[in-house]
Amino acid sequence: MATDLSTAAPEEIGIGDYQYGFHDSTENYTFKSRKGLDREMVEQISAMKKEPAWMRDFRLEAYDIFLSKPMPSWGGDLSHLDFQDIHYYMKASDRQEQSWDDVPDDIRKTYDRLGIPEAEKKYLAGVKAQYESEVVYGSLQEDLAKKGVVFTDTDSAIRDYPELVREHFGTVIPSFDNKFAALNSAVWSGGSFIYVPKGVEIEFPLQAYFRINSENMGQFERTLIIVDEGASVHYVEGCTAPTYSSESLHSAVVEIIVKRKARCRYTTIQNWSNNVYNLVTKRAMAYGDSLMEWVDGNLGSKLTMKYPAIYLMEPGARGETLSIAFAGAGQHQDAGAKMVHCAPNTSSRIISKSISKSGGRASYRGLVKVEAHATGCKSNVVCDALILDPESRSDTYPYIEIEQEHVAIEHEASVSKIAEEQLLYLMSRGMTEAEASAMIVTGFIEPLVKELPMEYAVEMNRLIELQMEGSVG
Amino acid sequence: MTASLKINDLHVSVEGLPILRGVSLEIRQGEIHALMGPNGSGKSTLAYTLVGHPKYEITQGSIEIDGTPLNELDACQRARLGLFLAFQYPVVIPGVKVADFLRHAITNIRNPNRKEGEGLIPMREFRKELKAMMDELGMDGEFARRYLNEGFSGGEKKRMEILQLAMLKPRFAVLDETDSGLDSDAVRVVSEGLRKLAGPEMGVLIITHHERLLEYNVPQFTHVMLAGKIVETGDASLARELHNEGYSKVRLRHPEEAAEEAARAQGRAAEPAGV
Ligand SMILES: Nc1ncnc2c1ncn2[C@@H]1O[C@H](COP(=O)(O)OP(=O)(O)OP(=O)(O)O)[C@@H](O)[C@H]1O
Ligand SMILES: [Mg+2]
Repeated sequence: MATDLSTAAPEEIGIGDYQYGFHDSTENYTFKSRKGLDREMVEQISAMKKEPAWMRDFRLEAYDIFLSKPMPSWGGDLSHLDFQDIHYYMKASDRQEQSWDDVPDDIRKTYDRLGIPEAEKKYLAGVKAQYESEVVYGSLQEDLAKKGVVFTDTDSAIRDYPELVREHFGTVIPSFDNKFAALNSAVWSGGSFIYVPKGVEIEFPLQAYFRINSENMGQFERTLIIVDEGASVHYVEGCTAPTYSSESLHSAVVEIIVKRKARCRYTTIQNWSNNVYNLVTKRAMAYGDSLMEWVDGNLGSKLTMKYPAIYLMEPGARGETLSIAFAGAGQHQDAGAKMVHCAPNTSSRIISKSISKSGGRASYRGLVKVEAHATGCKSNVVCDALILDPESRSDTYPYIEIEQEHVAIEHEASVSKIAEEQLLYLMSRGMTEAEASAMIVTGFIEPLVKELPMEYAVEMNRLIELQMEGSVG
Repeated sequence: MTASLKINDLHVSVEGLPILRGVSLEIRQGEIHALMGPNGSGKSTLAYTLVGHPKYEITQGSIEIDGTPLNELDACQRARLGLFLAFQYPVVIPGVKVADFLRHAITNIRNPNRKEGEGLIPMREFRKELKAMMDELGMDGEFARRYLNEGFSGGEKKRMEILQLAMLKPRFAVLDETDSGLDSDAVRVVSEGLRKLAGPEMGVLIITHHERLLEYNVPQFTHVMLAGKIVETGDASLARELHNEGYSKVRLRHPEEAAEEAARAQGRAAEPAGV
């Protein structure tokens, strides 16, 4: 790195570690909501979107549920989150474009810096770029469109595929599920809608990229993915935001339906700046002999509370969650997984690896539930934590609810520190202390990273190295 | 010009406990030295201290390479000055592939002024070199893709140390019981490997309890350590004598150190069990 660590101020190093902390001007925005949330704001968002009445009613009902639910008192510290200090809707441009050349300059440059158009050329089957509240760019390979694959933003989906959306929207995660699901249901905007028809296997990933640009912004995308029988898809999302001294809120809802013999993998590389509250509800329903996988990498944000869930609905369904959390200075990653065995002969696996450093806190919170009639289920949970210094913290909260005797559940947890002997060994081969620590950390998450497609594995390792840089002393 | 590794009146403590009590030794490039001594006499302590293990505190004396003092340098800096230790107990680094590790190590050692993040040596060149070296040491190429020392047998770990030595080509190599735990074929491979590597450019310190390695790599100097001191220095015949006769004569010739050795053993025995 160009920064001379011996002379740089600590805050300089902190910002240097996060590469995406820049922002654009908001002057040319098409619409900026005032701060704060009330019934009128919900109605205004709905009106701006010219939605059908059912969606408007859905929002308003969710708003009431949001008000009626208390703030969660578990997980992370939400006491500084002020719902009235947030912009709930911002629109930077009028239209969604199909060519990067048509995307407004500022915004296009941002995505260039994030490397999205380049990645699209190389290894993606389709892209959605959401900037603030709306999707500003979208593409899908032609042959996939011909096969009936739908990859669009959720607002357009309501217009273009009303039956499909209405049949599934809010069925996997109802508004009353939790306070933040209710909030999202009331003010949602953007997000991806994917439908993969029967038997269609999409070889390359579909990627969505979420970018917050403004200060005190709330981003509430809503994603719905339906993978029809025997079909398969890999969806990847990335997220970044500028570094501000005030807080932003990202609260998404992701609903996934994986029908019989279908496969869905959902990969997240979450790299919000350290002033973003990331409170996300993600859930999938997996039907007979299907496979649902969450690959969840949490590197950024101030506080993340996220526990991707899989409901195993019919025999033979399999669920797998691989979760990596990295908590640096001022960060709390409260992440984990939830597996609900609703049918016999279903299986699940959770592998969680967390790293905490410079006073960061990483918690694993997981639930494995086996319902009464669900015989012959298998579940395997492994969580490993690596703590890099005495200031940092790691906790494990594994919950198991079993209403059934004939199940096989394994749970292993380990907490380790980087051993002095490992550091010495690597340093005695010419690695600096920082390189040696980074190598040990990279090795620690390697079993998960190797599950990622090459490009994302490289990205993940690079992000971890950035997190580690200039931090060992 | 040949460089030298100079150890002068070295006193070392571990967690406040003095282990080495005035060790002096000079190794020039091109020389082979053997270091022998009973279990617990301090041989590994010397090796760890040389490479800069933070737990081993130098309370007195100095180490230098070619006039550059090492006392204040960390393990990385010492390695970049050309010092290498083949560990008695190599550690496992989970998830780090042998090839990735070695490519980093070689890049740093060959370009000691490299800053973090600067490019690594070209992949093709590295692969070729690695493969040639593994063939020479009779190692299966598959090891390059495995995680460093994870699930390696004792002998495989030792070979991995020799592979690193061969790739890093240090000016000074310390081998801490690299020959123990090896089957006799492996001892031969390692011994021959070392003989090929140890030319005029390398000074070698071999810590061993066995004979074979020294038969292939005949030391010009043999040092005997007892209770944290080098009590005798001779040539290859001294090594043979110790193999054949053990340390009882050495103890008789050095009653003060023998008494200290006994006292240390006593002290340990007096500690409550389980500590
Ligand atoms: N990290 C440590 N913590 C506590 N005691 C130590 C440590 N390292 C060395 N010692 C003690 O120092 C003494 C010398 O140990 P060292 O490992 O250097 O012996 P050695 O000569 O290499 O023996 P061996 O032939 O068995 O390998 C022993 O009494 C040992 O218990
Ligand atoms: Mg030893």
